[in-house]
Amino acid sequence: MRFQARVEVQLRPGIADPEGATIERALPALGFEGVDHMRAGRSFSFEVDAPDEAAARTRATELADRLLANPVIEESTLELEALGG
Amino acid sequence: MAARIGVVVFPGTNCEHDVVQAVERLGGRGELLWHGDTGIGSVDAVVLPGGFAHGDYLRPGALARFSPIMDAVTRFARAGGPVIGICNGFQVLTEAGLLPGALQKNGRLRFLCQPTRLEVTSTASVLTGLAEVGQELVIPINHFSGSFTCDEQTLHQLRDGDRIVLRYLDNPNGSVDDIAGIANEAGNVVGLMPHPERASHALLGSEDGLVLLRSLLSAAATGVAA
Repeated sequence: MRFQARVEVQLRPGIADPEGATIERALPALGFEGVDHMRAGRSFSFEVDAPDEAAARTRATELADRLLANPVIEESTLELEALGG
Repeated sequence: MAARIGVVVFPGTNCEHDVVQAVERLGGRGELLWHGDTGIGSVDAVVLPGGFAHGDYLRPGALARFSPIMDAVTRFARAGGPVIGICNGFQVLTEAGLLPGALQKNGRLRFLCQPTRLEVTSTASVLTGLAEVGQELVIPINHFSGSFTCDEQTLHQLRDGDRIVLRYLDNPNGSVDDIAGIANEAGNVVGLMPHPERASHALLGSEDGLVLLRSLLSAAATGVAA
């Protein structure tokens, strides 16, 4: 089976995020009031071949933990979707 | 016999010749090592120099740690061989797990290229063995992701183990505890954001990096980790 994976990587809570803070500081000047807790992150998408969803999840999680995120400062979340055909 | 210093070249590395030149000025022999090779030959020490290995894609050092040569560098480091990571090389060493912590984007999101005042805070490393605790050095930095960060427990281990080898006197990038350079437990692996090779000649404005490079050559020549 083939799965579409989407991994989001964000800094762990408590780790300073100068990028998110800078974006947040720019908001009032653009007229966006009442917006806070801005955090910047990255998103990755890829496709995985695996016998079933559990196996696809295991592979994609390992890939995210070993390469896409630096576990010292970042955490990742994974979304999987079975692709037709 | 001149100490042989292997200087690793990744695609995007750009400080390798500066390191070789500085090392040779001190009587050592610099040898460029290609990241795609699986061995490091019979060098006495390894330097991972500054630059943008693999374009710094994903995160600085994230892809370089998977370069074929890194297995040999890791074995050499685990066996007690002197390994130094300068700037991007420091980032590679943390990504490879040879040093703890991580280098984050600078506090105020500025690329910093300037001389910095440093204090030697430990001589228990192959890079600071000939320096003195309290010695002040002026050495330039040149980075966007140089803000050292780690969890509380790691910070305690670094402090208690006398492993913080260099601190900024005017912390320019928001590093935890003013950390500019750290060593592993044995003192044979050191990472630092400042560039000692850019402070290796009066014409460059400072020769304060020489004591660090001399320490490395001395450790390499004796084959003994700190």
